[in-house]
Amino acid sequence: MSEIWGLLLFLAALAGGGWLLGSGMARLYAGDGLPAGRRLLGRSARPQGWAAYAMAVLAFNAAGFLALYALLRLQGLLPLNPDGVAGMAPDLAFNTALSFVTNTNWQAYSGEAQLSYLAQMLGLTVQNFVSAGTGMAVGVAVIRGFTGPAGESLGNFWTDLSRSVLWVLLPLSVALALILILQGVPQTLLGAVRATTLEGAEQIIARGPAASQIAIKQLGTNGGGFFGVNSAHPFENPTILSDLVQCYAILVIPVAFCFLFGRMAGDGRQGRAIFAAMSVLFLAGLALILWQESAGNPLMALSGGNMEGKEMRFGPILSGLWAAATTAASNGSVNAMHDSFLPLSGLVMLVNMQVGEVIFGGVGSGLYGMLLYVVLAVFLAGLMVGRTPEYLGRRIEAREVVLAVLAFLSMPVGILAGGALSASIPAMAASVQEAGPHGLSEILYAYSSATGNNGSAFAGWNAATPWQTTALGLLMLFGRFAMIVPMLAIAGSLVRKTPAPATAGTFPTHGPLFVTLLVLTVAVFGALTFFPVLALGPLAEQAALAAGQSF
Amino acid sequence: MSRHPRPEARLATLAPRALRQSFVKLDPRSLSRNPVIFTTAVVAALTTVLALPALATDPSRGLTALHVSAWLWIAVLFANFAEALAEGRGRARADSLRASRSETPVKLLASAEAAPASATLVPSAGLRKGQILLVEAGDLIPADAEVIRGVASVDESAITGESAPVIRESGGDRSSVTGGTRIVSDSLVLRVTAEPGRSFLDRMIALVEGAERKKTPNEIALNILLAGLTLIFLIVVVTLEPFARFSGATIPVVFLAALFVTLIPTTIGGLLSAIGIAGMDRLVKANVIAKSGRAVEAAGDVDTLLLDKTGTITFGNRMADRFVPAEGVSLRELADRAMLASLADETPEGKSIVELARAQGATAVPEGLAVAFSAQTRLSGVDLGDVALRKGAVDAVLRHTGRVPDARVAAEVEAIARSGGTPLLVAEGSRILGAVHLKDVVKPGVRARFADLRRMGIRTVMITGDNPLTAAAIAAEAGVDDFLAEATPEMKLDYIRREQAQGRMVAMCGDGSNDAPALAQADVGVAMNSGTPAAKEAANLIDLDSDPTKLIEVVMVGKELLISRGALTTFSVANDVAKYFAILPAMFVAAYPGLQALNVTRLASPESAILSAVIFNALVIVALIPLALRGVGYAPASAAALLRRNLTIYGLGGLVVPFVGIKIIDMGLVALGLA
Repeated sequence: MSEIWGLLLFLAALAGGGWLLGSGMARLYAGDGLPAGRRLLGRSARPQGWAAYAMAVLAFNAAGFLALYALLRLQGLLPLNPDGVAGMAPDLAFNTALSFVTNTNWQAYSGEAQLSYLAQMLGLTVQNFVSAGTGMAVGVAVIRGFTGPAGESLGNFWTDLSRSVLWVLLPLSVALALILILQGVPQTLLGAVRATTLEGAEQIIARGPAASQIAIKQLGTNGGGFFGVNSAHPFENPTILSDLVQCYAILVIPVAFCFLFGRMAGDGRQGRAIFAAMSVLFLAGLALILWQESAGNPLMALSGGNMEGKEMRFGPILSGLWAAATTAASNGSVNAMHDSFLPLSGLVMLVNMQVGEVIFGGVGSGLYGMLLYVVLAVFLAGLMVGRTPEYLGRRIEAREVVLAVLAFLSMPVGILAGGALSASIPAMAASVQEAGPHGLSEILYAYSSATGNNGSAFAGWNAATPWQTTALGLLMLFGRFAMIVPMLAIAGSLVRKTPAPATAGTFPTHGPLFVTLLVLTVAVFGALTFFPVLALGPLAEQAALAAGQSF
Repeated sequence: MSRHPRPEARLATLAPRALRQSFVKLDPRSLSRNPVIFTTAVVAALTTVLALPALATDPSRGLTALHVSAWLWIAVLFANFAEALAEGRGRARADSLRASRSETPVKLLASAEAAPASATLVPSAGLRKGQILLVEAGDLIPADAEVIRGVASVDESAITGESAPVIRESGGDRSSVTGGTRIVSDSLVLRVTAEPGRSFLDRMIALVEGAERKKTPNEIALNILLAGLTLIFLIVVVTLEPFARFSGATIPVVFLAALFVTLIPTTIGGLLSAIGIAGMDRLVKANVIAKSGRAVEAAGDVDTLLLDKTGTITFGNRMADRFVPAEGVSLRELADRAMLASLADETPEGKSIVELARAQGATAVPEGLAVAFSAQTRLSGVDLGDVALRKGAVDAVLRHTGRVPDARVAAEVEAIARSGGTPLLVAEGSRILGAVHLKDVVKPGVRARFADLRRMGIRTVMITGDNPLTAAAIAAEAGVDDFLAEATPEMKLDYIRREQAQGRMVAMCGDGSNDAPALAQADVGVAMNSGTPAAKEAANLIDLDSDPTKLIEVVMVGKELLISRGALTTFSVANDVAKYFAILPAMFVAAYPGLQALNVTRLASPESAILSAVIFNALVIVALIPLALRGVGYAPASAAALLRRNLTIYGLGGLVVPFVGIKIIDMGLVALGLA
C-alpha cells in the first residue's frame, strides 16, 4: 500500500514540477527574461517558415551524424582514450551515430568496451544534448504552428535549439549530475581500476565521466548508458534515490511540454487535457505492469514478485515504474532486463513504443506526436458536430489530413515492414534467441524501439549483426524524420490560417470528453494497428503461460 | 396560397433500377473513384480466383473461400446500391423537372424596341445568351432571362411548387424569370441570360442526378483519411503473413483477405457518395439550388448570419399593435370606430387594424359611404351621413380636424414615434378619439429560432434600412445578436469583411443588384430567385421560393451532411475492434490454442467466425443506407452536447453493435448448417 502512495506522490511531484518548468519554458521560448545570455546565442534570429525550419533541422542533424560517425571510426587515434579502445566497425558506427543523432540511443555496442572517453563526451554526450534540443525545438515550432498568430513563421531553429540546450538541458543536467555524484556515480577521467579479488583473480572495474552523461541521457530522453548494462549498473544507478530522481528526470521535460502547450495556446485547459490523456494512458500501462510483476510468474510460485532479470535494490515496483516510464517517454535506458518481464508487461512496453512514443514521449517529440493524434481525433469527431473540424480555431483540411496520414504511416511501416523482413530473412532472423512467441516479441521490441526512437532493448537478442545494425539504423532515421518533417509541414499549414474565435458551435478540445476521445484515438489507431502481431507475440505467450508453458 | 410539394419518389419504386445499377457500377472505371470500395472489389476478385482451384483440391476449404468471396462481392454491390439509390432519387426529381423543359417555338425579336409583330418563330433549343424574346400570356418561358420591358404575372409552380403567380417586371429587383415557368397574363420582352444547358433548371437537374458532383473539401479530406487507413491495414495484413510463418502458423490467403476487407472502412467508404448526393437532394427538396457542393458544406460552418429584417424577422408590413383611447373615450369605442374607418381599407395596415379591433371584441359592420385612401389627404375612412369618420397619419388628421389631441394621446403619439413605431389618429367629425400604434411585428417563433442558432454558436445580425432607434427596438424584440441600421451595400460589404478578418464564416441572403458585392464576398450567399440576375450570379446558392428564412434551412442541411459523414466514419472505425476479436482468434487458434481466450463472444468455429465477420461487414452497409439517405438527425445544440450524443451513439454503438451482430450471424450460420 505504501508503494501506491509513494507512486502517487511521485506523480503529483511530476505534475507540479512539469507545470513549473512549462511556465518557465513558455517565457524562455517567447524570449522573455533571458538575462546575460541574451547576447550569447539566445537572441532571436530571423523567423523561419516551416520549410526553412525543417531544412535547418535536417542540415544540423546531417552534420551531427557525419561528425559523430567520423569520431567513432577514428577514436582509436584520438586522445582521451586511457583504455586504448580501437575505432568502431563501419556498420556499428553507422548505427551508433544515427542512434544518437535521432535521440534513439539504441546501443548495439557496449560503452565501456567499445568507446573512448572522448567519443563518450564529445560524441555521445554532445548528441545527447543537441538531439534532445532538436526534439524540443521542433516541439516548440509545432506548438507555434498550432497556437501562434496567423502568418508564416514557426520561429527560428537555431534560436530554439540554443535556448533549449543552454537554458533548459544544461542547468538541469548540472543539477542532476551533482545529485548523482552524491549518490556515488563516478565522474572521473581516469581509466579502469584493476582489482585483485579474494580468490586472487584480476578484475577490471570500468569507470569514467559517467554522472555527467547519465544526467543528460535521462533529461533528454536519450537513454544511452555509459555502461553496457545501462541503469542496472551499480555505477550508473546505485541507490533507490538515484533511481527515483532519474525516473523523475526522464518524465519531467515531456510533462512540461504539455503545460508549455497550454501556455502558448493562451488556454491552460488545452495543455491540461493533453496531459490528462497522456496520464491516463501511462497509468493504465503502469498499473498492468505493476500488477503483473508484483504477482510474479505463475509457473514459479515465488513470493516477492517476478525478480528474474531485476536488481535486488529496485525490486518489481521500481523496475516496473522504470520500464513504464522509459518505454512511454522514449528513453532507452533500462534498470532491469525487459526480456525477463512477464508477457503482459512486455505487451505494455511494446504498445507504449508502438503508438509512436506519445505517452509523454521524447522531449518535444512526445508532444508533437500526440498532436498528430489530436489532428486525427479532431478531424473524425469534429465532423460529428456539424462543422469543418477545427483545433484551437484552425481548420483541419485536406492538406493537414494528408500530412497526418503520412506521419502516422511511419510507425506501421517501420515496425511491421521492418519486423516482417527481420522475421523472414534468415540472416536477420538469426538474431532471435528464443523460440516461439517470445522470439517474435524480441523482433517487435527491437523494431518498435528503433522506429519509435526509444532505444531500449529487450535483451536476449543480437543487435550487433551487420544486417540488424543497418536495418535498425535506417529505421531510426526514418522513424525520426518521417515524423518531424510532416509535423512541421502541418504546423506550417496551420499557422497560415486565421484562428476563428470559439463559439458554442466550436468543438470543445478540453475537458473529460475530449480526453476520452484522444485516449480512444490513440488506442484504436495506434494500438489496434499492431493488435494482430501482438496477438502472435506477447498475447500468445501469455496464453501459453496460463497453460503452463514458458519460453 | 398553397404549396404543392413535388411527390417524393418512394424508395421501393427506385430499388429495381438501383439494383441493376449496382451491377453496372462494377465497371472498374466507376469503382476506381472510391478507393475503399475499389480495393474491396480487387480483393473479392482475388479471393474468387484463389477459391476456384481450391474447390478441386480441398472442397470444404474451397467452399468456405467461395462463401467469403461471395460476401465480399456482396459488400461491393451494397455500396454500389447505396450510391445508385441516392442517384435514383435525385433522378426521379430531375425527371419531373425535365418535364417542364419541353421544346417550344419561341418568338425572337431583333431588338428590345422591335414591334411585337416583327417577331420570328424559332425553336427554343437554338437560343443563345443575349437574344431578345417576346413571351405572351400562356407561353412557356424557354430560358433563364431578364425582363427588359413590360410587367406580367408568372406561374413558377413548376420550379417552386408555389401555385400563386408572381409579378415580374423590368427594372428593380423582380426582373428575372426562370426557364420552365409560364406567363399567365400580359406580355414581357426578355433578354436571355443563360447559355443553353446552363440554365438554373439544367443546373438543378445536374445537381440532383449527381452528374456534376465535385467532391467537397471535407469529402476530399475524409477520402484521404479513408485511403490512408486502407493503406495502413494493407501493411498490417500483408506483414501478418511472415510474422505468422515465423510463429509456425499458416493462414489461408482467404482469411487474410477477410481480415483486410473487414478492417478497412468499407461502411463509410460505401456510403460516402450516397451521403453527399442525399444532402444535395435534401437541398433541392427545400427548393434551393447550390452552384457547388462546397457552398452547402460551408453553410454548416457559418458563424454569422446576416438576415434582412423585412420578410425574415418581421412580416414586412407595419401592423396595428394597440389602441390608445383619448380622455373620455372607451377602448371599445375607439376599436369600433377604428374598425369602421378601416373596413374599406385594403392595405395591409388597414387590414391589421380590423384584425386587432376584432380581437378586442369590436363588431362594426360596414355602413355609410367609404372614403378610400388618397395620397393627397393621406386619410381613409367612411362618411356616416354628415359625420366624417377618418383615420390616418397624425399630421393629416390634425389638419383635417383642426384640433390638437389631448395631453394623454399627444404623449403616447410621441412615445410611439420614439420607439420606432408609426402612430395613426382616429377622428369622428372634429373629435379625436385616440391613436393606433402601428409597428413592425416580429414573426412568431423567430426569437426561439435565434436562440437555437445562438446555442449552435451562430450569431445573427439584422440588416435594416430603419434608423438606429427603430432598429434597436426591433433587434431587442427579435433577440438578434447585432444589427446594422440604415444599411447601405457598402456597409454590408464592410461588415462581412470585418467578420471574415476575425476568422468567422459569414452567410447572407439578398436580392437586389446592390447586394451582389456582399453576396459575392460572403462565404455563403443565398440569392432570391425573384432577385436580379446580378445578385443570382454573385450568390452561390439560389432560393427558388425567395424565402429569406431559407438560409437557416441551408445551414441545417450543411451541418447534417457533415455530421452524417463523421458519425458513419466513427462507427466504421469503431467496428474494427469487434472484427479483430472475431477474426484473430480464428486465424491463430491452430498455432496457439490459448488465443481462444480472445474469442470473447464464443463464436462456433474459425470458419463461422470469419464468415460472420464478412457477412456483418456487408450487411451493415445495407442496414445504414436509410440513415445515409436521411442524414443523421440534427437538433440545434451546442457542439459539446452534439459530440457527447454522437460519440455515444456512433462511437460506443460502433464498438458494441458488431460484437452482437457477428454473434447473431454466427448462431444463424450454425443453425443453417453453413459453417
